[in-house]
Amino acid sequence: MKVKYFAWVRERIGIAEETVEPPAGVSTVADLIGWLSTRGEGYAFAFEKPGVIRAAIDRTHVRPDTAIAGAHEVAFFPPMTGG
Amino acid sequence: MTIPVTIRIQEGDFDIAAEIAAMTKGRIDIGAVVSFSGLCRGDDSGDRVAALTLEHYPGMAEEEIGRHADEAVKRWPITALTIIHRVGRLVPGDNIVLVLAASAHRQAAFAAAEFLMDYLKANAPFWKREERAEGERWVEAHARDDAALARWDKS
Repeated sequence: MKVKYFAWVRERIGIAEETVEPPAGVSTVADLIGWLSTRGEGYAFAFEKPGVIRAAIDRTHVRPDTAIAGAHEVAFFPPMTGG
Repeated sequence: MTIPVTIRIQEGDFDIAAEIAAMTKGRIDIGAVVSFSGLCRGDDSGDRVAALTLEHYPGMAEEEIGRHADEAVKRWPITALTIIHRVGRLVPGDNIVLVLAASAHRQAAFAAAEFLMDYLKANAPFWKREERAEGERWVEAHARDDAALARWDKS
């Protein structure tokens, strides 16, 4: 699946998007955050407070307990500050 | 009924009068247009802000605004909507966002414009980065914006 990062999540990880193949057992958005956190210092820093991170699956807001099965594009970003 | 909904995310400025004229041209059913525009503020509680850079999630931003425009049309008798959000680097005094809501009568237009702005502040995928004398920082989300949006939840 494709994973996209925005704002300070993107800056901390150092890339805007990538394709990942999480192992079996990574079934929810929260699981995916946990798995990504183990991929390096930047990831650990970006996801150090998982409760702050917002997520979207295929361009729709989702909660941490949402299943990622079938997702094409998962995005992680900080709370939004538009308007 | 399908009503005209214009949603644009753009780097360039917008002209409020031209957008209102485009929305109302040839229409005789519109009795009220409410316009809200948000501008880049150069002074935040006495602290100087030199510029703002707005980042967005292309694709999701347009879709999310579209979903909320549909919701506004369901809730109120709106006859036209225009929502424009700028991205990129903006300096104090620049326009950031425009919401135009048209209706036969003012109440629906006021309510829809306020609902859409509350949504844009708290839940549309845009992020602001500030440039100040002491450096750059991402703007933190305000709990008051979440609270403003929550009051529109149907119980």
